[in-house]
Amino acid sequence: MGKTLFDKVWDSHVVDSISDGPDILFIDRHLVHEVTSPVAFLNLKRKGVQVLYPNKTFATADHNTPTINQHLPVQEKQSAMQLKMLEENARTHGIPYWGLGHRKNGIVHVIGPENGITLPGATIVCGDSHTSTHGAFGAVAFGIGTSEVEMVLATQSILQPKPKKMRIHVHGELPPSVLAKDVALYIISQITTSGATGHFVEYTGDVFKNLTMEGRMTVCNLSIEMGARGGMMAPDEKTFQYIKHREYTPYGEDWHRAMEYWQTLYTDHDAVFDREINLYAEDIEPMVTYGTNPGMGIGISKTIPKASEVCGSQQAFKKSLDYMGYQEGEPMLGKKIDYVFLGSCTNGRIEDFRAFANVVKGKKKSEDVHVWLVPGSHHVLTQIKSEGIFQNLIDSGFEVREPGCSACLAMNDDKIPAGKYAVSTSNRNFEGRQGPGARTILASPIVAAAAAVTGRVTDPRTLN
Amino acid sequence: MAYEAFHVLESTAVPLPIENVDTDQIIPARFLKATERIGFGENLFRDWRYHQDDTPKKDFILNNPTYRGKILVGGKNFGSGSSREHAAWAIYDYGFRCVVSSFFADIFKNNAMNIGILPIVVSPEFLSAIFSAIESSPQTRFKIDLPNQIFTILDSNQSQSFDINSYKKNNLLNGFDDIDFLVDKREEIVNFAFDRPF
Ligand code: SF4
Repeated sequence: MGKTLFDKVWDSHVVDSISDGPDILFIDRHLVHEVTSPVAFLNLKRKGVQVLYPNKTFATADHNTPTINQHLPVQEKQSAMQLKMLEENARTHGIPYWGLGHRKNGIVHVIGPENGITLPGATIVCGDSHTSTHGAFGAVAFGIGTSEVEMVLATQSILQPKPKKMRIHVHGELPPSVLAKDVALYIISQITTSGATGHFVEYTGDVFKNLTMEGRMTVCNLSIEMGARGGMMAPDEKTFQYIKHREYTPYGEDWHRAMEYWQTLYTDHDAVFDREINLYAEDIEPMVTYGTNPGMGIGISKTIPKASEVCGSQQAFKKSLDYMGYQEGEPMLGKKIDYVFLGSCTNGRIEDFRAFANVVKGKKKSEDVHVWLVPGSHHVLTQIKSEGIFQNLIDSGFEVREPGCSACLAMNDDKIPAGKYAVSTSNRNFEGRQGPGARTILASPIVAAAAAVTGRVTDPRTLN
Repeated sequence: MAYEAFHVLESTAVPLPIENVDTDQIIPARFLKATERIGFGENLFRDWRYHQDDTPKKDFILNNPTYRGKILVGGKNFGSGSSREHAAWAIYDYGFRCVVSSFFADIFKNNAMNIGILPIVVSPEFLSAIFSAIESSPQTRFKIDLPNQIFTILDSNQSQSFDINSYKKNNLLNGFDDIDFLVDKREEIVNFAFDRPF
């Protein structure tokens, strides 16, 4: 029997299998940030254990960093402490650290691909669930907890049971104005936030093939919101072109050697998945969420479902709508918005800024909304400036901030106030995710752009 | 970090019959700023437990002295969302040793076992039976027998067996952690790493 893409990558990293237990999985690349690493480093210190391969771990500051005045000392004491500890830990162990202001600094899942750390056929982990992003390159990438961060630092390995395999195939071609984000939100709305739990997803079909690498990253990023351990796509010419000549990408002889391996990375025609899902691109329109988990999404022109129509607990559904201040059966179009957030590892890449800028071009920011445009990295910020998008945005009344996770999880000052509504290009609309009491509507960069100029939930297709 | 070994646990339980309890609810992001593992129990379910002025919300289960115990019983898809191990720390530090649900999110389940919490998956019907038992009497006691992998509602003697792989079971029974196991394998790992393409 043939192997799936996932099998090929996973199996080639198994150092040993424990009978009736997990596999010892070798990790090629490890990314760390200030929030989930301090306790791991502290435990290593207590045990007197050294980092085994410091050159396979990369550290950045992103989760609790400010998005303005990054050249000044970080005001908030605990955040400053976490940043200082990361810097010290990195220095002690010889791990490359890209702190605030460094030209390679940015959100951990944005800088990995930008610097060629993310490679096809690699195993990549990070103490952050959206590590699934790197699956866009044909890597097996997944989020881990702090104990596991400690394991990887100490041994470059992790103990993991091998997940089951699931294929999500989207047939056909995407309608105009439907972006990668919409595809992912649509999938989650169909299979729910636990629909892929226990599985590793492979995305197949022309829809994904035709996406840019940025779009593929957006889809894989949201795999975790379906409950999946991770998601991946087979590498192709587009992938190889993207990674070529990046700083940490192998070159010369090593490139050719790696390429031999990369070219074997596809699912064999006789491979078997534990589950298969088929969906149709023509059914997808720009999506918005109306509730408090990413599975509560609908096409922007649709109405909020009635409690009687949803599967799962009606009580949970009502609690969720109460939190949002919405009623069942209402349309989402026209709902008033207070904040717009463009950014995060889901939609903080250059393509997302291009898409946003394209919609707002020649229009003015609505005076009723606060808009935070936060690039995913310094590299993205530089691109925004060099492409002239920056000037367009300024002309329309927007400002562009400095990179970081920002309002995606609101650990810094970028918090949506209680009761206020935000259209956000991030990945989670959980209660309080963007600040205590904040109400989040997840959407694509162009739906965010339409909200930014109208102050309401607006269909970008009807905006003129 | 070492934890207390887990054998047989008898306790009352705290019911939280809510689906999709995500780790942002278990411990909101603003409490992830510590550089040591201290004080997480205090902020367990912070925004469900306290008003914004820090006064307790009377109707939240953890603020109701009737419900106590070392077992937390959650609704389906418990622990979804963020990979923060702090969620498991908060549950452990508050005093729970076991979380029961009909379905757990993957990362939470791993994190829980890695720090000495036993996540037990029961059938949806059995989960309802547990909730009803607590509802009719909050003093209902439960027994978790890890060596035999059996969960029992003591008052009614209903029981169900649960799955756990023998490696993890052995760790929990002895309070071992994975890191020590892996550190012993470093040589094997280094040999394996020798010939990687990148
Ligand atoms: S942007 Fe959000 S989801 Fe992405 S790494 Fe940062 S906090 Fe995690």
